[in-house]
Amino acid sequence: MEEVLLSLRHIFKNFGEGDVLSDVSLDVHKGEFVTLLGASGCGKTTTLRIVSGLETPDTGEVILNGQSMTDWPPEKRPVNTVFQSYALFPHMNVEKNVAYGLKVRGVDKKTQAARVKEMLELVQMSEYAKRMPAQLSGGQRQRIAIARALAPQPQLLLLDEPLGALDLQLRRQMQIELKRLQKKLGITFIYITHDQEEAINMSDRIAVMRGGRFEQLGTPEEIYDHPATRYVAQFIGRSTLLTGTVQSMNGPLAVIKNENGRFTVDSAHAALTAGERCEVCVRTERMRASCTPVEGFDLPATVRETRYAGGSVLIYTVLADGTEVVAEGATRMCDAPQAGDRVYMHWNPAQAAVIGGTSHGA
Amino acid sequence: MAHKSRMHAGESRRSAVFVLPMALLAVTLVALPLIYVLGTSLVETGQSFSFGAAFTLDNYRRLLRADYLLVFWESLKLAFLTTLLSFVIGYPFAYCMARAGKRWKSLLMMLVIIPFWTSALVRIYGWKILLQANGPINAVLRGLGLIEKNIKFLGSYGSVLLAMVYCMISFMILPCHSSIDKLDVTLVEAARDLGSKPWRAFLDVTLPLTMPGILAGCVLVFVPSVGIFYLADIMGGGLVLVGNLIRDQLLKVRDWNTGSAMSMVLIFITAGIYLLYRRSGGDDLGVF
Repeated sequence: MEEVLLSLRHIFKNFGEGDVLSDVSLDVHKGEFVTLLGASGCGKTTTLRIVSGLETPDTGEVILNGQSMTDWPPEKRPVNTVFQSYALFPHMNVEKNVAYGLKVRGVDKKTQAARVKEMLELVQMSEYAKRMPAQLSGGQRQRIAIARALAPQPQLLLLDEPLGALDLQLRRQMQIELKRLQKKLGITFIYITHDQEEAINMSDRIAVMRGGRFEQLGTPEEIYDHPATRYVAQFIGRSTLLTGTVQSMNGPLAVIKNENGRFTVDSAHAALTAGERCEVCVRTERMRASCTPVEGFDLPATVRETRYAGGSVLIYTVLADGTEVVAEGATRMCDAPQAGDRVYMHWNPAQAAVIGGTSHGA
Repeated sequence: MAHKSRMHAGESRRSAVFVLPMALLAVTLVALPLIYVLGTSLVETGQSFSFGAAFTLDNYRRLLRADYLLVFWESLKLAFLTTLLSFVIGYPFAYCMARAGKRWKSLLMMLVIIPFWTSALVRIYGWKILLQANGPINAVLRGLGLIEKNIKFLGSYGSVLLAMVYCMISFMILPCHSSIDKLDVTLVEAARDLGSKPWRAFLDVTLPLTMPGILAGCVLVFVPSVGIFYLADIMGGGLVLVGNLIRDQLLKVRDWNTGSAMSMVLIFITAGIYLLYRRSGGDDLGVF
């Protein structure tokens, strides 16, 4: 792994109404794309503001390149922010907005002009140099905000829900462009979003935040395939959660039993022992419904309805105790179950995850 | 389309119902007297204005005397200093008010508004008592050993300026506060984030973006300040302002024609300032 650029060490922050952040620690490596993912109010914006210096932590340290900058004012930090509202200066044209960070740092006029030109080319906005922010569309303002934040050549770029205000299509396009930009420039990004799809598409690592803490920090694959907590499992992707008691161990495979029946899961990522209670997460697209029982599974369910979903069909079923389970099936399945049919739920044991213990406070 | 235009006609007919009484009021209370003043200023001394009277500019020509011009100059200078001081004191006040917490904000707002509950005249007499030679301010200064002999505040230019700023500063604070309050704090944060020290961010972002409020405040303070004379009279010191001049022409000399001409010049000056303000993109102050 590359060397560590930014370290947050045991950050606590309280605005007088309970902790906004409690014990947040994070190492961000050079060139990495780290996303803070969480619902609104989970503390992700506060974390970002502590890195940029717009907020100071109550306790804890912010370390950049091995040097503590906890007490540095924002203007001293080699860190720039793309604000959620873009925060372009409405009384300056595009060119002056982009040049601002260079001008206040005393860069000479010639270098300023060259750098502004380069930045506008980078975000494909060269022909808009003389426009005022009010004359630009949301997507264009977004590009200028990125150009302005990149112009002073920050070591770290912070992006606070930068695509939040854009429509879906533009959002997807900007996701690709941003990722490409980050790769090309090799700049470290800390990115905030509440959109799990965006986080999974763009990030090297994701920190799922909840109630001012990290629920899980890991690569998109780790987070998706092996959610550490119930909250992560439910927040990211669609899945079914089943609790039960380990009946027996068969090599790495654990056979789990509950009131609905019996099922099998690969416990390579979680050391399970017989008699232990555990929770298993199965992603909707990995859940299958079969008309005949499958080896290792005894999980009968009743089909409520089947819905066509483009490339597949979604089979909505109910287990014995009323738990709703959605399974995916191929569209041209000759024996597509009908409402009222009895089916047997199953999955590839290697593709289900045992949730690591119980979630905080849940 | 047809539907739309019918709606439009209905709307304008309805709004005419509301506008008409206001227009009548404006014509009878503002336009007619003004026309009469204008007319009086344009006829020969001693004559009253009537249709068919011979018009002359003599009354205006008579104003081009060095001592009259000096009085106009003094009035403009006092109004300018009042505006400047109101800004220097009022803007920081408005800034603190806009950035203060909710409870402080309403408290400060009360401090600005409460003085309006009593007459300015009464409040200025209050200041006069505070400032007089054997008044409380001198007593306190003497008690602290800062001075030996009482200072004669009253009658000084400073005391007149104090009274003017005191009476006018609210008109600076309120529009400044409203534009600072509306300013998106994120813009200031963006400037800090991009490398500006707090002071630089203020000059680059806060000040230019609150300029509409500052300009509105300047006009609201300057325009009435040019014409006010009773404050200078109460504080003493014999400062002669345009207002004094007009009053004396009308009530002492009883030369209504010259007095009217002076009034018209004053009106033109203030109207000119307002037009300049509007030309520069200033907000409608609900005047024109």
